[in-house]
Amino acid sequence: MNQSKQNKESGLIKQAIVSSLIKLNPLVMMKNPVMFVVEIGTILVLLMMIMPTAFHAEGRFGYNLAVFLILFFTIVFANFAEALAEGRGKAQADSLKKTKKDTTAKKIGKNGTITTVSSDELRKGDIVLVETGDLVPGDGEIIEGLASIDESAITGESAPVIKEAGGDFSSVTGGTKVVSDSIKVRITADPGESFLDKMITLVEGAKRQKTPNEIALNILLVTLTIIFLLVVVTLLPIANYVGVHLELSTLIALLVCLIPTTIGALLSAIGIAGMDRVTRFNVLAMSGKAVEAAGDINTIILDKTGTITFGNRLAAEFVPVTGATQKELTDIAVVTSLFDETPEGRSVLELAKARGFSWDASSYESAEIIPFTAEERMSGLIQEGNHYRKGAVDSIKKFVQQMGGKVPEDLQAKSNEIASQGGTPLAVSYNSNILGLIYLKDTVKPGMRERFDELRKMGIKTIMCTGDNPLTAATIAKEAGVDEFIAEAKPEDKIRAIRKEQEKGKLVAMTGDGTNDAPALAQADVGLAMNSGTIAAKEAANMVDLDSDPTKIIEVVSIGKQLLMTRGSLTTFSIANDIAKYFAIIPAMFTVALPKMEVLNVMGLHSPTTAILSALIFNAIIIPLLIPLAMKGVKYVPMSATKLLSKNILIYGLGGVVVPFIGIKLIDIIVSVFVQ
Amino acid sequence: MDALQIAAVILLLLFIIKPLGSYIYHVFSNEPNKTDKFFAPIEKCIYAICGMKNRAPMTWKKYTISLLLTNIVFVAAGYVILRLQQFLPLNPNGIKNMEPTLSFNTIASFMTNTNLQHYSGETGLSYFSQMTVIMMMMFASAATGIVVAIAFIRGITTKGNTIGNFFEDFIKGHTRLLMPMSIILTLVLVGLKVPQTLDPSITLTTLEGAKQVIAIGPVAALEAIKHLGTNGGGFFGANSAHPFENPTPLTNVIEILSMWCIPASLTYTYGRFAKKQKQGWIVFGAMSILFVAFLALIYFAESNGNPALTAMGLDPSQGSMEGKEVRFGIAQSALFSTVTTAATTGTVNNMHDTLTPLGQITPLSLMMLNTVFGGDGVGLVNMLMYAIIGVFICGLMVGRTPEFLGRKIEPKEMKLIAVALLAHPLLILGPTALAFLTELGKGAISNPGFHGISQVLYEFTSSAANNGSGFEGLGDNTLFWNISTGLVMLLGRYVSIISLLAVAGSLVRKQPIPETIGTFRTDHLLFVGILVGVVLIVGALTFLPVMALGPIAEYLSIR
Repeated sequence: MNQSKQNKESGLIKQAIVSSLIKLNPLVMMKNPVMFVVEIGTILVLLMMIMPTAFHAEGRFGYNLAVFLILFFTIVFANFAEALAEGRGKAQADSLKKTKKDTTAKKIGKNGTITTVSSDELRKGDIVLVETGDLVPGDGEIIEGLASIDESAITGESAPVIKEAGGDFSSVTGGTKVVSDSIKVRITADPGESFLDKMITLVEGAKRQKTPNEIALNILLVTLTIIFLLVVVTLLPIANYVGVHLELSTLIALLVCLIPTTIGALLSAIGIAGMDRVTRFNVLAMSGKAVEAAGDINTIILDKTGTITFGNRLAAEFVPVTGATQKELTDIAVVTSLFDETPEGRSVLELAKARGFSWDASSYESAEIIPFTAEERMSGLIQEGNHYRKGAVDSIKKFVQQMGGKVPEDLQAKSNEIASQGGTPLAVSYNSNILGLIYLKDTVKPGMRERFDELRKMGIKTIMCTGDNPLTAATIAKEAGVDEFIAEAKPEDKIRAIRKEQEKGKLVAMTGDGTNDAPALAQADVGLAMNSGTIAAKEAANMVDLDSDPTKIIEVVSIGKQLLMTRGSLTTFSIANDIAKYFAIIPAMFTVALPKMEVLNVMGLHSPTTAILSALIFNAIIIPLLIPLAMKGVKYVPMSATKLLSKNILIYGLGGVVVPFIGIKLIDIIVSVFVQ
Repeated sequence: MDALQIAAVILLLLFIIKPLGSYIYHVFSNEPNKTDKFFAPIEKCIYAICGMKNRAPMTWKKYTISLLLTNIVFVAAGYVILRLQQFLPLNPNGIKNMEPTLSFNTIASFMTNTNLQHYSGETGLSYFSQMTVIMMMMFASAATGIVVAIAFIRGITTKGNTIGNFFEDFIKGHTRLLMPMSIILTLVLVGLKVPQTLDPSITLTTLEGAKQVIAIGPVAALEAIKHLGTNGGGFFGANSAHPFENPTPLTNVIEILSMWCIPASLTYTYGRFAKKQKQGWIVFGAMSILFVAFLALIYFAESNGNPALTAMGLDPSQGSMEGKEVRFGIAQSALFSTVTTAATTGTVNNMHDTLTPLGQITPLSLMMLNTVFGGDGVGLVNMLMYAIIGVFICGLMVGRTPEFLGRKIEPKEMKLIAVALLAHPLLILGPTALAFLTELGKGAISNPGFHGISQVLYEFTSSAANNGSGFEGLGDNTLFWNISTGLVMLLGRYVSIISLLAVAGSLVRKQPIPETIGTFRTDHLLFVGILVGVVLIVGALTFLPVMALGPIAEYLSIR
């Protein structure tokens, strides 16, 4: 396993090396203006080696060769970073493409006849029959039937899922496999536009569009490049005036050291890697912009059921009424639940166990089991003529009264109290006695509170949406630690909440799966749809979670932030590096003509030549050294922006100033062994 | 003693900032206030004459076009007057019409708040020209700069489509700010023996029997607006070193404070508009750190004297007094030079050409950075531009796309900022290199070698930064220098004004994002460091090589 992973990695690297050479084509390089300037410089130095007389560069072959080689590797390293990031996406795309084999489809004609056609020929609106063992030929919606479908090709999740006509679980994806039953599917995508096709293009990064922030940063980098170009070009006549004659290759070295090559080389790799992190997280972002927007989110709107809570009501408390003890109540409650396979029933046993109770189920094996029915609304068992029951309070009341028992006076009050706290009371009876209540509660998933605390530290507000009454909602909201909640929410309320936040200038993220979530998903700045959801929801969203886990929105926000932080940190590092490079090159350039400039050589570099070469070498090798950071992203721990900034400024700002001083000095020590 | 003098002036400034900054806020916030009683009737008259009943707020485009057209009208009128001054009244000294390229240079210079003077006031301008062209433009250009700052601040602190009404701002800048302050300052200066008269020059016979002409004129009035408006163009060629412009250490301090007060107070005004005073103090703090650092450099460089002379056995205890007035001494000269180049006024009370090489770095650097207080209005706008760049680079490090005062910085803003950011080094380094490529440029240098580089560099830096101080020593009243510096001044002024007002126009439309704990704070001490860092790194990286060949090489050669 490890071996194959290593093979894969080395394969990727080999591929990346090849494509980094292909990318040397100036037409391709032009897309990255900073590195394009480096390439022009490299070509100029090459020309100086070939035609020294034309450039008055006689006798400087060795020096020019060294400069040329370092510059060449600078470009190759930059291309390599991009190619490596792209390669990872491609590898993923390839495995997806394997899924996209040509399949045959059983097309149902207008008169009901079935013809076998290639899946490529299917168009929007066609109806196909998919039976056990068939691959679904294209994206579509089930119009008839129910089937269990293996979606592992898309999600990696091997357990089949049930899909059926109508409702929110009617969409099927091309390339998935029907493992039982048969369905009729109306195709909803033309060939080449299916979900799988979109996914392949996305992970391949072929159509990768630069995000607005990337464009803006590029503008700044290009501006700095032009400024430094200007600095270097104007330096020539000015220096000539005082009799300092600068070599062209030295000027090119100065230029390359000054322009932000580090970030210029890594910028697109950072973007691709960021998208890749999202994809590997099994979330499909429709654009890099969506990932960046995730980093900017101010408010997250989450559904209560399924996202914050398990959605099942579980036993949380045993509440005895007058005349019964906690122990009596628990014992009876356990008996009523012994053969109750509902989550509620199981939770009663779990709670009892947690409270230190134990029982012997075998002694009740001969009992008559009373299953839960919608009319009776209670369940339990009859053992040796004894009736053990639990159920809705009204039902149990009636049952006990029929048996001639009395209803305890405090039952109603206690059950009201449970209801008012958002719980559901279940009454427990033994023959004609009511012993008490089981407090059923919607349970918050473990760890949610911590996650919301983290979000709060990032400055993100959470809003919980639920159909529950305000009291229930308030209880869960308090328990989970969300900032706000919307109770008795209708689908329109979600959109209204999103708009309200957006009017205040906030960016909003939400998750959803149903068709009636689609408008809200579209309205939100980041909409994460569940892959299990409807096509309408998936199309409205700008991200799809293949695992259908709505809590992932929180991680997506972190990934977005991490992407932006990585970009900012490396930009800061790159610009801060220039200071040390200046202190290496400026004295070196002028010392030949003006020996007194030597005082500026604060690093004590060996000679002008070694100083320039060392600065250039540092400039080149810092790129591959930073590739892992660009790919992985800088570490992100949720904390306030001010703390985060102080930390990153210290590491990347101050570090960016100090590291090259050390690096250049070390390189100079090595270089001075070979060069005078 | 020196330190005490300097500290006293800085302390006085600190006392001025809050009241003046608040006052400027009230002038331009367009909300009713107490001063309306006095000023509103005057303005009502002006509005009535100009047909400005409605004074509807303008989009940035309309605002900018109004600004440019108004300036063009001033340029045209001023040019005509200079070319015809011989025939116009108030010319008791019989001064001739000004030559075309010099007129162009002079008009460009005064309209752009530069006040680079290729002429000498005593012999080049009539009293009429001094008052109607020079002084009028000193008011107009300062008011232009101030309204640019106000419009920019409105752009980044309000939401809507408009950034105010240019004409209303422009008039209020005169009636409520520059005029009243100038009147008071003129009276103070007259009280301190600065001449204010329309009499012709005084001709005397000296003890030796030679005839001496002593130039006088409406000096005090010009002196007031020259400093308040960060203009800097002197009545006399010797500028504020001349005893009639700046007779005593007391007037020296008053002049320092009067050119420093508006740029410094505008940071407070900005805080008021931003509804968070700390925002303003952060900008002021960053400016002050840079200011103090450069002040320290020039002060110590000048105090230590000229190393070449010290090596010859001269006593350096007096410091380098060459080109300095004895009545001011090192401290008052160093402070004056620092303030005049920080606030890009360009008035001088000592000869910058004879500063020690390390001392020269201060005026040169401050003009190159052009953000340490800066000229009336434009300095603040430039610093806010660097704040936006700082936010853009470092803001990403908190994991959000960058936003300044809650407004997202996107490609459109960066493009416009790129134009402004590029213009400044381009206008300094481009023409400097060009000057060294031609005999026309090189020929003007009076002191070849490294110092020659400083001379040429200083001339273009001063023009591009709209400072206007001269290194002098450069034979600059020639066609080449008149035209080249004229163009540099115009581009240096208007390219950045237009592009930065466009930035304001773009930001004003954006819905501000409310601040949370996850927001990058620009009102935090950390941001002072970021701002100083960004200004220094961008500035140093751009200008260090040429500085190394100019002042630094000169210093190393005489060490």
